[in-house]
Amino acid sequence: MSTPATRRKLELGRVGESVKRVDAVPKVTGEFAYSSDLFAAGMLWGHTLRSPHAHARILSIDISEAVGLAGVHAVLTHDDVPGDKRYGLEFPDQPVLAFDRVRYFGEPVALVAAEHPEQARRAAAAIKVEYEPLELVVDPELAADQPAIHPQHWTQGHGYRDDPRPNVVRDMRIERGDPDARADVSVEGYYELGIQDQAFLGPESGLAVPDGEGGVDIYVATQWLHVDRDQVAPCLNLSREQVRIHLAGVGGAFGGREDLSMQLHAAMLALHTNRPVKMVYNREESFFGHVHRHPGRIWAEHRANRDGKLVCVRMRILLDGGAYASSSTAVTSNAASFAVGPYAIENALIESTCVYTNNPPCGAMRGFGAVQTCFAAEAQMDKLAAELGMDPVELRLRNALASGDELPTGQKITGSMPVEEVIRRAAAIPVPDPEELPRDPIRLPGGAGNTTRGDGVQRGVGFAVGFKNIGYSEGFDDYTAARVRLFADTDGDLVAEIYCAAAEVGQGVTNVILQTARTELELENVMLAPGTTGEVGSAGSASASRMTWMATGAVQAACRAVRDELDRRGGGLASGDEIDLERIYRHPRTGPLEPETGQITTERAHVSFAAAAMRVVVEVDVDLGLTRVVWIGTAQDVGTAVNPQAVYGQIEGGTAQGLGLALMEEIQTRDGLITNASFTDYLIPTALDMPPVVAELVEHPEPEAPFGVKGVGEPPTVVSTAAVMSAMRAATGRELNRVPVKPDDIVFSGS
Amino acid sequence: MEVFTPRSLAEALRLKAEQPSAVPIEGGTDVMVELNFDRARPEALLNLNEVAELRGWSRDNGLLRLGASLTYTEAMAAPLSEQLPALAEASRTVGSPQIRNRGTLGGNLGTASPAGDALPPLLVEAAEVELSSVRGVRTLALEDFLVGPKRNALEADELITAVLVQPSGARQTFMKVGPRNAMVIAVCSLAVSVDQERCELRAAYGSAGPVTGLVTAPLDEVDSFPERVAEAASPIDDVRGSARYRRHALRVLAERGLQRCLT
Repeated sequence: MSTPATRRKLELGRVGESVKRVDAVPKVTGEFAYSSDLFAAGMLWGHTLRSPHAHARILSIDISEAVGLAGVHAVLTHDDVPGDKRYGLEFPDQPVLAFDRVRYFGEPVALVAAEHPEQARRAAAAIKVEYEPLELVVDPELAADQPAIHPQHWTQGHGYRDDPRPNVVRDMRIERGDPDARADVSVEGYYELGIQDQAFLGPESGLAVPDGEGGVDIYVATQWLHVDRDQVAPCLNLSREQVRIHLAGVGGAFGGREDLSMQLHAAMLALHTNRPVKMVYNREESFFGHVHRHPGRIWAEHRANRDGKLVCVRMRILLDGGAYASSSTAVTSNAASFAVGPYAIENALIESTCVYTNNPPCGAMRGFGAVQTCFAAEAQMDKLAAELGMDPVELRLRNALASGDELPTGQKITGSMPVEEVIRRAAAIPVPDPEELPRDPIRLPGGAGNTTRGDGVQRGVGFAVGFKNIGYSEGFDDYTAARVRLFADTDGDLVAEIYCAAAEVGQGVTNVILQTARTELELENVMLAPGTTGEVGSAGSASASRMTWMATGAVQAACRAVRDELDRRGGGLASGDEIDLERIYRHPRTGPLEPETGQITTERAHVSFAAAAMRVVVEVDVDLGLTRVVWIGTAQDVGTAVNPQAVYGQIEGGTAQGLGLALMEEIQTRDGLITNASFTDYLIPTALDMPPVVAELVEHPEPEAPFGVKGVGEPPTVVSTAAVMSAMRAATGRELNRVPVKPDDIVFSGS
Repeated sequence: MEVFTPRSLAEALRLKAEQPSAVPIEGGTDVMVELNFDRARPEALLNLNEVAELRGWSRDNGLLRLGASLTYTEAMAAPLSEQLPALAEASRTVGSPQIRNRGTLGGNLGTASPAGDALPPLLVEAAEVELSSVRGVRTLALEDFLVGPKRNALEADELITAVLVQPSGARQTFMKVGPRNAMVIAVCSLAVSVDQERCELRAAYGSAGPVTGLVTAPLDEVDSFPERVAEAASPIDDVRGSARYRRHALRVLAERGLQRCLT
């Protein structure tokens, strides 16, 4: 009998240490395999025929010419959907392939599989679809009085406040204290946000492989493997076991991969042809392939006393959900929950409504409703500070939310909530002096465009604070499974293999899992197995800034179970022996909000909260309306940083995404048709638009979380749009109540 | 789709004559976008990257001959950048370094987009375009070459072989407005020169009309020149900007351009 294997001493990689991301080098060198790089012998290429109308009745679909074209193996329509005809992340309102009518521009109508992608495209073009245009619902303020896009009222009867008006997805109120409470001063404002896109660089793509026994393996870039499976299987009329979803290399997600894109379509084509089928959207198609950030209109009134204490906040939020529900009900609620910002308040009335329209469908995107209201609420706080003649930072400090305070929903904050410290730390970071002139024009507004040598340039400094929830809310049964297999390798060393379906979407959860396992097992040899629905239970979604907390909890629980078992066996394993245990982790339970008043019905509606404060310096060429963001300093409440280097990365990336919404990112539509579906005209910040970010991590461990972690991905995006706009107003003296701000708004609008 | 790769100009001209529908390609920064977006499926591509005669630039008796394959990166480098400073500035506004390494003057002229960044500085410098075919060589003033939005005066069997410029020596500059600080298509752009010798103000705008337009005035009309430039343009509203803003921006750019060239 061989000597039992023991632990090799752990050198590096515990929780709290900066560890180089395992995917960093392959991504930088181009060696990382993204879902669009997948290949299988004998595979066909799938292509989607999409609607050219935003709202139209389908009178007929004629595929006869398309099926006869060279290289074509299948042309499928809604008639070929084997099971349920509809699916949806929360409500099954979305057709697998359109039948009866199309409800948005770019909606999938038919599918083609062919030997070559070009043949598939040509066959799709040969499908003849006869449409009869229907009345367009494109103005969210009129939608509730127009004919119903979904007569079935999918989102009604789920415990929300029932609103029988057509096209209302969710209509909710949060009423706290006396919503009519008066105060010394009052400021009002109206705010608007355009449609932001996740603009991930890796387009929707994947490979479906029939297993020869009626089932299918789908390799795809997604955020939640198991929820994909649970939507795909019923539509294919297969059991969950027959559909296995495997995580392929994800080229960014930001919420845009929560909903299905090509998963079902490729699987239908693969099962129909009995060949592997690959689908890759091109850049233009990607704009139709996923939901976007809800555009919004917000009316706000803030009342405060002379001492700066907020007395009452009234806000009405209108979100355009587009053609399908996706996660709109939760976004609507989140927008309301965080409408006031991280401030203690006794009186509030928040009304938040989301409507169906024939505009592009909207759903999850980094910040999830809190981005929209933070933009409005922080503009209001600046207005209030001006009205009171008070320093904006001081005004925020006087109202800062803290542990023990109650939210407008009545939820008492029990965990860590260091808003005051976050504000103080961000405000204390020294702001750099203005750079002297003359400078290289690339360091001036307009950048490479060489538009100014300093003429018209005004500097502005702004400040904002934001917060949002960590984890799923309102009673959702949110859990993560992890499995640990501990065995002795041939050298007699113990090795742990971790199974967890947490989606690595670029946020760094792979390292988080490995660091947790190394810490818990005190073991160097730890590997993470590929994510798949076949090997382990659901991890839940890589969303809501929850994956670090949840994966850490699950991996910790599984590791501890394995460690206990190892101790029971005397601390070692014989070669060939193994311990293999799976554990499920749940965060503290939440409960629904009372439908009429938006008050909590259990101890809490949200699990936990994370805040961020940010100071931004901009220079604006006010004659041309062009901007250079000069510098950003931020402090963020992160609980415990598992991998500090990765946290800084998340802060910088999240900040860039919020900066993009402030200054340039908008999907433009005309009568529901997207007019700028390309990276030529949908602009995202370049390296020349993104300033250096000085970030400070505020670490107050969350008492109920494993290792005290919180999520870190969203707070920077929530706060940065508001902070950039605060600086823009300071620089220009303009109201700038709409994002993204256009040069016209700076040049022509009144102050 | 066939791809022809001629090794000499003579071979390129012969191929173009035999297959007039072949689309010339150099860096591909325009052509490949059209192909990738499935907007164009030409029967053939004529790859000009191996034609040595089209590369680089030369000077003959003061006349500059810029090969059609001259890249933006090359146009940014001294000593050419000292001869044609506005073209160098315009080249710096094009895309990213990778795109500037690939994109060429010939491509910009071939596409003839009203947003072509090289066009305003070349118009201001009264450049001529050299067009070649198996039938011979002709030169056209750039103004006459640009006949409409994305339309030029090339005959089906012709290739753009060079741009000819007699550098004016005038103070000149180029400015481009875009909503982000790099890698944008011009919302509008303007090249300005102040030619003290010929007593002339010259400006050429991009993305503010169906073609890149030239505006000239006597030197003593400096004060009214910005307004004249704004009025000469015929901008439209589109996804990149409003007509009103474009006109306003041209006025501001003209003022700033004149200021740079006069001080």
